[in-house]
Amino acid sequence: MTTTKTAPRDFGFGEDEAMLRDTARKMLSERLPLEKLRTLVAEAPEPVYDKGERAPWDKQLWAEIVAMGWTGLAAGEAEGGSGVSLAGITGMVEEVGRHALPSPLIPTLMASLVLRQAGGAVASQILARIAGGATASLAITNDRGSWEPEDAPLIASDVAGELVLHGDARFVQDAFKADVLVASARLGDKIVLCAVETGAKGLSLEADHIHDLTRDQASAHFVGVRVGAEAIVSRDAELVLEGVWPSLLVLVSADLCGASERLLQTTVDYAKERVQFDRPIGFFQAVKHPLVNAMVEIDRARSLLYYAAAEIDAGSGKAEIAARMAKSAASDAAAFISDRAIQLHGGIGFTWEYGLHIYFKRNLHNQAFLGDGVHQRKKLAELLIGPLSTSPNLDR
Amino acid sequence: MSSTDLTGDQKEFGEYVRRWLTKNAPPPPPERLPITPIEVMTIGQRDYLQAWQRKCYVAGLVGADYPKAYGGHGNTGFQRIANQEMNRAGVPFLINIVGLSMAAPTILQHGTEEQKRKFIPGCLSGDEIWCQGFSEPGAGSDLANQRTSAVRDGDEWIINGHKVWTSLGHFAKWMILVTRTDKTHKYDGLTYFLCPIAGHPGVRVRPLVKITGETGFNEVFFEDVRIPDAYRLDDVGKGWAVAMTTLLAERGASEGAGSGGGGGASAIEQLIDLAKSSWRNGVLAADDPVTRDAIMRRAIVAEGLRQNAKRARVPALCDHPMRLPLQQKLTASEFQQDNARLGVEIAGAHSTLYKRDPRAPHAGYWPLAYLNSYGNTIAAGTNEIQRNILGERVLGLAKSK
Ligand SMILES: Cc1cc2nc3c(=O)[nH]c(=O)nc-3n(C[C@H](O)[C@H](O)[C@H](O)COP(=O)(O)OP(=O)(O)OC[C@H]3O[C@@H](n4cnc5c(N)ncnc54)[C@H](O)[C@@H]3O)c2cc1C
Repeated sequence: MTTTKTAPRDFGFGEDEAMLRDTARKMLSERLPLEKLRTLVAEAPEPVYDKGERAPWDKQLWAEIVAMGWTGLAAGEAEGGSGVSLAGITGMVEEVGRHALPSPLIPTLMASLVLRQAGGAVASQILARIAGGATASLAITNDRGSWEPEDAPLIASDVAGELVLHGDARFVQDAFKADVLVASARLGDKIVLCAVETGAKGLSLEADHIHDLTRDQASAHFVGVRVGAEAIVSRDAELVLEGVWPSLLVLVSADLCGASERLLQTTVDYAKERVQFDRPIGFFQAVKHPLVNAMVEIDRARSLLYYAAAEIDAGSGKAEIAARMAKSAASDAAAFISDRAIQLHGGIGFTWEYGLHIYFKRNLHNQAFLGDGVHQRKKLAELLIGPLSTSPNLDR
Repeated sequence: MSSTDLTGDQKEFGEYVRRWLTKNAPPPPPERLPITPIEVMTIGQRDYLQAWQRKCYVAGLVGADYPKAYGGHGNTGFQRIANQEMNRAGVPFLINIVGLSMAAPTILQHGTEEQKRKFIPGCLSGDEIWCQGFSEPGAGSDLANQRTSAVRDGDEWIINGHKVWTSLGHFAKWMILVTRTDKTHKYDGLTYFLCPIAGHPGVRVRPLVKITGETGFNEVFFEDVRIPDAYRLDDVGKGWAVAMTTLLAERGASEGAGSGGGGGASAIEQLIDLAKSSWRNGVLAADDPVTRDAIMRRAIVAEGLRQNAKRARVPALCDHPMRLPLQQKLTASEFQQDNARLGVEIAGAHSTLYKRDPRAPHAGYWPLAYLNSYGNTIAAGTNEIQRNILGERVLGLAKSK
């Protein structure tokens, strides 16, 4: 990342970034039209919801995505990746959200960003693998659903320079599609980061039964998993995770913005076509005005999204504030348009077959992931108002 | 906005404006100023504000992007900078709001060469105050339902009718006036004039009092008022199109000829400051998690509006060119209203104290601002109408009318 402190012009979104975004939009709209997404992930409800099978994904499409280099976008150039700016990645991820792409792409990008933030030889090696097509995911969340880096899900013990990991990492995104987990563990008063193969001895994945049809999620059980020096990414990783957190928030926010804009456009189209009382329903202000409100919210989230990406790219001190604002706005915008999209479609929107629920659920998942709007605002209040006071200042 | 968005010339101008504002900030007003120009009530307030606008104009902060031939300073992309700096500096607002953000842009687009040379300089300097005669008792949201008539008599027009909610009418030398010249066509029967007000025979201005207790808007009655045809703006029957130019400018979709001032500490800083000093229900408001959440919501909207303005200038990140500009009036007015409402909530029992109470937090600003905020959610096309416009023009939904 660059070290300048002022954010670049136009959020750093120039021709290259637009080209990457437009390529993604074209490719995904051709290869994953709604019809295809629906047959892929929502053929029938029983397998996923009653039999507990994992939602399928298109491995051939994935091979094409890898061939296009998207998985290596967050790897540095030295590792064979493209070293694209976060603004550029953001544009691409908006398209991923717009098409509700089921894939390990976002978890892999997230893990890559963590590895880049950590730096060093071990991270570099894994990034090179990722640039070559390997997939990854983060195992950094505990059973309490804490997003604080210090609340690592695992306990590490140091046995002759090797680490031995115990514990359960929860809410691991697309774990069954990942080759490597980047896991955080507590070692004494430090947080360590390790890269663990999903096939490692002592590691087992237990699928969560989730409502979202476009991903899988798992609890990763670590029972005496041994990690050699070649897989220890960092022995002092709390600041690494804190530093990369804004970027992770930006990726989820981008997914939310893309999916929300798609829901808005889909609902607007429906409001133009569907006629009741001899008028397209969009004529009625109880339909029209909420759609305008949704647009306003989505626009706010999108502006904050690119603002956050630009601040992060510039290494600015405002990165965390900007990213938390973006995630709060994106989560709330997504909640609102998801709600109105189903309601304003009437009965058809409530059907399994129609497919709006695919977006509704993906958005619902992402609202909670990495903390919802309320959580982001709680953290923002600490930054902008200050901590809760124990001795109130009476002199003001 | 980060400075990297600016050209070298713009940066240099920004520095000049900052320096100038620091050196030339005016002395405190002789009496308390209202929150916005459209509640200016007294001659003392008016004279003070007119002197301030003239000074800003001479220094190049107003009319920055207007052609020199019409009294402007002939630059490009400077007005936006000046507006921002004036907002930031906490200096008084520019009084001639109708002249700057409505009359001048409309005359610039629709006027004859002669009209531009005659009318625009006074808008910019503030020497001639303007008002807007659009609304009538029967023509509010349905603006085209105009009754005030203009009848041609040789080289003159005779105006009869009744305008209402006319902000600054009590100080105005000129009015941008929409009239009906043809009863058989609702939209194509309108004609737009530049009409003299102060001291003009047949014109009567009567003040109306607002919910805040302030005056600032008026009724204006026209009884056989004669004006020359040279004061007609654009063609007979084109009044609707000209009025649309005015409304687009009024709603903030363009930079205008100058605006700003009346700012100071950001709304969010003020709310945080208030929360840290407000004891409410026995506890400090800044320690209440619900209040903290509410303030952060406002902070997010504030930053969102700033970043919207930035994104509107990046075509690659805008799906529809008018999508962000047309949100301006709606989002800005609701932003102010929600902030003011929250300020009232934060102040708790202290929020009951109004303007003249010596113990009122921030001199009674919060209840005053909250009451006054409805002016902006109603004026310039109500926010319901803004939502219609956005739904129809941007989203393409069926027209409500
Ligand atoms: C502080 C202030 C200053 C003003 N200054 C000026 C001025 O200088 N010059 C000037 O010409 N005018 C001025 N106005 C007038 C302003 O433009 C009108 O008040 C406004 O356009 C609304 O018209 P109305 O008051 O007749 O309300 P109405 O049009 O009667 O509206 C009443 C309610 O019905 C709603 N409504 C009406 N039509 C629709 C619809 N189609 N869909 C949904 N809802 C609808 C409105 O949103 C509103 O809530 C000012 C108003 C205020 C409050």
